[in-house]
Amino acid sequence: MLLQRFLIRLLTMLITLFGVAVVVFVVIRVAPGDPIAMMLPPGATDADIARLRALYGLDKTIVQQFFIWLSGVARGDFGTSISLRQDVLGLVFNRLPATLELAIVALIMAVALGGTTAIIGARERGTAVEAGIDIASGAALSIPDFLWGLVLILLFGVLVPIFDISGRVSPQLDLPFVTQFYLFESLLRLRLDLTWDLLKHMLMPAVALALPLAAIISQLLKQSLKEVLDLDYVVLARVKGFSETQVILREALKNAALPTLTLVGVQFTFLIGGTVIVERLFSYEGLGNMAIDAVINRDLPLIQGIVLVFALLFVLINLSVDMMYALLNPRLRHG
Amino acid sequence: MDEGRARRRAVSPRLWLAGGWLLLALLAAIFAPLVAPQDPLAQDLMLERLPPFWMNGAEPGYWLGTDSLGRDLLSRLIFGGRIAFIVAFAAAIAACLVGSTLGLIAGYFGGWADRIISRIVDVWMAFPPVLFAILLVAVLGTGLSSVILAIAIIDWTRFCRVIRAETMGQSRMDYVENARTAGYGRIGIMLREVLPNVVPSIVALLSLEMGIAVIVEAILSFVNLSISTDDPTWGGIIAEGRLSIHQAWWVLVFPLVTLILTVLSFSQFGEALKTRFDPVLR
Repeated sequence: MLLQRFLIRLLTMLITLFGVAVVVFVVIRVAPGDPIAMMLPPGATDADIARLRALYGLDKTIVQQFFIWLSGVARGDFGTSISLRQDVLGLVFNRLPATLELAIVALIMAVALGGTTAIIGARERGTAVEAGIDIASGAALSIPDFLWGLVLILLFGVLVPIFDISGRVSPQLDLPFVTQFYLFESLLRLRLDLTWDLLKHMLMPAVALALPLAAIISQLLKQSLKEVLDLDYVVLARVKGFSETQVILREALKNAALPTLTLVGVQFTFLIGGTVIVERLFSYEGLGNMAIDAVINRDLPLIQGIVLVFALLFVLINLSVDMMYALLNPRLRHG
Repeated sequence: MDEGRARRRAVSPRLWLAGGWLLLALLAAIFAPLVAPQDPLAQDLMLERLPPFWMNGAEPGYWLGTDSLGRDLLSRLIFGGRIAFIVAFAAAIAACLVGSTLGLIAGYFGGWADRIISRIVDVWMAFPPVLFAILLVAVLGTGLSSVILAIAIIDWTRFCRVIRAETMGQSRMDYVENARTAGYGRIGIMLREVLPNVVPSIVALLSLEMGIAVIVEAILSFVNLSISTDDPTWGGIIAEGRLSIHQAWWVLVFPLVTLILTVLSFSQFGEALKTRFDPVLR
């Protein structure tokens, strides 16, 4: 049952990815700008342009180009970046860890903040504390990450300059890292001085990304908790003499968490989508920032590669959430 | 019932504030040439980075100060509002028309229509929206109509998903069955019976989408891809403000406050409309 569900989801995932590939491929080839003309110096002859065009396969029809590209992708070859003249896959893998670290730190912050405020709000239900949490989460939800980023730049970059608002790491530092997962590696190597420097750069963009998601988690989890808190078994625990906080943490939370968990998965893809502009805002050297440069430079192979990697990330997250839900939900597990 | 009534009363002052701000900003944008104290494009290097009116060194007539080229900030914000509102209305309505139509068809007819439309929505949801917007504008060329088209192409799924689900729910109700027994045609039922019942959701989403469109336009002009660089846009002013943040904070603060107020107002408006139209909450 579970396996069948998994295989069906895997198939739809492949269809979705194929669809994304087709859409990007068609969209960027309708573009009026000529990427080849942009690469060459002004004195280039028509023969030069034609030669380069053939080199990048741009002289063939769009359908031919698509299948050449697709067979390359199947072999793990995403082509060569036109503006950076490097292997696309290498470039993407070089930047992806920076974006993943940012997204994961933001996710952890969102779950911690949203979860805490939900538990406090459920405990203090009907009081001014809950009303305050509602107003704060309403504001956090209505204001998008782009604007939160700007607010944070003003508050903690200019007014009280305690965090860095530009880049991923201080440029003068000597980095001993072998992977691109700087933050995780600095923790493993116990180079906490580097961890601190990385966090000082990462905290503001991560908070900007985390706030809207924290608000969604807070609202939904608080709602589920309040519903569960009226059920008999919770009332029983209360009668047994557990304090309200104990009741919430030990009894209510595990039954109220399932709907939130599903939602967090879907919302996490929105958070990753948000990294594109937030990285730009904070000059953070991740995949999103590179994507904007690629679009501005009309770097077709690089755009295709980045969009496909983002799409792969999105469908993989959705797939794992779906599977996790099936595993955790007793009705589906036995159904 | 009592709770619902109390809730509606509690929403009211916020609705008034939201509506008041939107009306003020909209009127200022419409009558921009009459309201703006200065020419938004006039550069004067003698007047560069003037602070807002309450600070030392401010000049009369330049209420919110000037940017690094000596252009009046308030006038630029007022003229920038024109583009923001045009994009908000046009893009949201376009996205709404496409998305609601497809959602209605998928939800009401089900079967193959639903399968195809849902698969397209899945593909669309697998794109990072901001990157998709930037890509589309790069392809369509910068300009007002490209920005509107790009937002509509991306955000129709928002309407489609909600309206599809609502239509499915409505289609299972007795009144639809009764209309069918009474001999009405499928398309007639869809348009005359089901559509009016999903309109409240459409209206609420429309208001939310206007706020989103304002943000996307600001993001596009922030990365310098919206309309021509001469015309003032809120995102363009923010991009300038981000660069001169240590010399002239006001160039970032005022457009940011304007954007936040506008987005909050649109979302409050949408929430209030939803509560007002929803028969259960009413």
